[in-house]
Amino acid sequence: MGNIPQDHYEPKPGVATWIEDRLPIGGMISHLQKFPTPKNLNYAYVFGGILVLFLVIQIVTGIVLAMHYQVGDEASFRSVEHIMRDVNGGWLLRYAHANGASFFFIAVYAHIFRGLYYGSYKAPRELLWIIGVLIYVVMMATAFMGYVLPWGQMSFWGAKVITSLFGAIPLVGDSLAVWLWGGPSVGEATLNRMFSLHYLLPFVIAGLTVLHIWALHHVGNTNPTGVEIRKDSIENVKKDTVPFTPFIAIKDLYAIVIFLILFVAFTFFAPNYLGHPDNYIEANPLVTPAHIVPEWYFLPFYAILRAITDDLWIMMIMPFDAKLGGVLAMFGAIAVLAFVPWLDTSRVRSTDYRPIYRWWFLILVLDFFILMWVGAKPAEGIYPLISLIGTIYWFAHFLVVLPVVGLIEKPLPRPETVEAAFAAKHGIKTGDAKADAEAAALQPAE
Amino acid sequence: MAHTHGTDGEEPARRDVLFLATGAVGAVGVAATVWPLIDQMNPSATERALSSIEVDVSAIEVGQQVTVTFLKSPVFIRRLTDEEKAAANETALGDLKDQDAQNALHPGETATLKHRLVDPERDFLVMSGVCTHLGCVPVGEAGDFGGWFCPCHGSHYDTAGRIRKGPAPTNLPIPVASFSDENTLKLG
Repeated sequence: MGNIPQDHYEPKPGVATWIEDRLPIGGMISHLQKFPTPKNLNYAYVFGGILVLFLVIQIVTGIVLAMHYQVGDEASFRSVEHIMRDVNGGWLLRYAHANGASFFFIAVYAHIFRGLYYGSYKAPRELLWIIGVLIYVVMMATAFMGYVLPWGQMSFWGAKVITSLFGAIPLVGDSLAVWLWGGPSVGEATLNRMFSLHYLLPFVIAGLTVLHIWALHHVGNTNPTGVEIRKDSIENVKKDTVPFTPFIAIKDLYAIVIFLILFVAFTFFAPNYLGHPDNYIEANPLVTPAHIVPEWYFLPFYAILRAITDDLWIMMIMPFDAKLGGVLAMFGAIAVLAFVPWLDTSRVRSTDYRPIYRWWFLILVLDFFILMWVGAKPAEGIYPLISLIGTIYWFAHFLVVLPVVGLIEKPLPRPETVEAAFAAKHGIKTGDAKADAEAAALQPAE
Repeated sequence: MAHTHGTDGEEPARRDVLFLATGAVGAVGVAATVWPLIDQMNPSATERALSSIEVDVSAIEVGQQVTVTFLKSPVFIRRLTDEEKAAANETALGDLKDQDAQNALHPGETATLKHRLVDPERDFLVMSGVCTHLGCVPVGEAGDFGGWFCPCHGSHYDTAGRIRKGPAPTNLPIPVASFSDENTLKLG
């Protein structure tokens, strides 16, 4: 299945062999169980497992919610209240689904920033990374459409603002918006199609996840040192890795339990903390809430959308107005992620060994949180300026810092192998003279 | 393609012609199949049927605004006060971000107050209540220019509904409207 040498799977005689000869599913399960995983993975690497779990949680709670939900101008809002009040345990299912979306995004952001820090996108993992970016984009579309379904004020006006973004596209924008709405404005037709797509897209995510994991199992995990595991022989693979089950599986499970405790705490004790009270007011096409903001996980990109105004000098020389400029900036801020494998010029994967880049990475993380904070603020006073600075840094980081720092930086010495790095960290003698000598050299001075 | 008009003078083979012809028919077939799937998302006959309404405006006082729903979106009907008309008339065209009247009745005209009114003899300002930025409903008697202010992304419109400040690209558009009699305004 991949290019990492692994023990061959031998099915037991009888039924297992009979099945294996016809459908090699036992071999695949065995491959997944015993998958050689770098032995030095830290807790930054647990979010992939958490994400798979949350995809399952969202699909399962979503399917049962759809058994009670109704689509329609009046029916949607009413049926959500019906779920909250009358359906047995309906409040729990809905709160789990709503907060599940938030925790899904917490995990996906952690997963993305882990990939950026450890250079997980570098060759030969570019496609693995790009599939990940696609999953993230489809996740955002799914979450947005899901938020529309209760048909509260935030649902309605969120749908209106986001679909109006497409109206900014030259020439075809207006017809495109009408096509998306299925009417002169956002209405029942819009709501109906969003429900259809909200049900469909999670399965698209599931399919992309299969590709993502397939690509991962073909090339193998990265690890905090950024040094590839040796793939020349089974013996060397075994020195650098541990089988996924039980070692990594147990560690992932531990992280899942911690993460689920947080998720459950929110679901039970602060189920509406991450939402907006306005969404408990039924959609009214004649009144916009005084302060509309998207869900927290969209705020950084919403801040970028609002940062572009006509009075910027760059907009003076652009052949389009700020409305389209903001839309391009927002989608560009996400699309730029897909090009990171080619924008990063460094020979070194892991930022642990990049003394200059690590500071820039820290600024990027801060920038992300600043944009998230300012995205929730009204577009007045000092806030538009902060959004603008944050937006400039976001693009400068990927388009300037990433290529330039890679060229001028002198990376720190890296370990020869994962085995040596692991041995040095834990003070283990491997029995291999060369590896031990290297581990000793890597030991920090007392 | 394996066979081309080359210097060897070889003519396209029968197979090349069949290949292209099959491909072309296939492409047309795919397009014809996909089109209904795309077109079903366009507004249905039910949506298209709601294209004109009549509003009784006799009860609207000067300085008062009524919001009606037309084509699922709000339309503002406001009787401008003398101060508001004066403020709109005093604004130089050069100060306007969008100098087009955006009036379905006066296409391509300049955005003077006269071209923004349904009937220049009367004080009715009838315009779309949908912010031209991203579709929120602006709040009346607010903003830096005493007209409308959109709370979503901070667009300021003046007393004639013309964009003066903020991200919105154009003035609030004037729909097709006319007075069928003294007190009845027909939209659409």
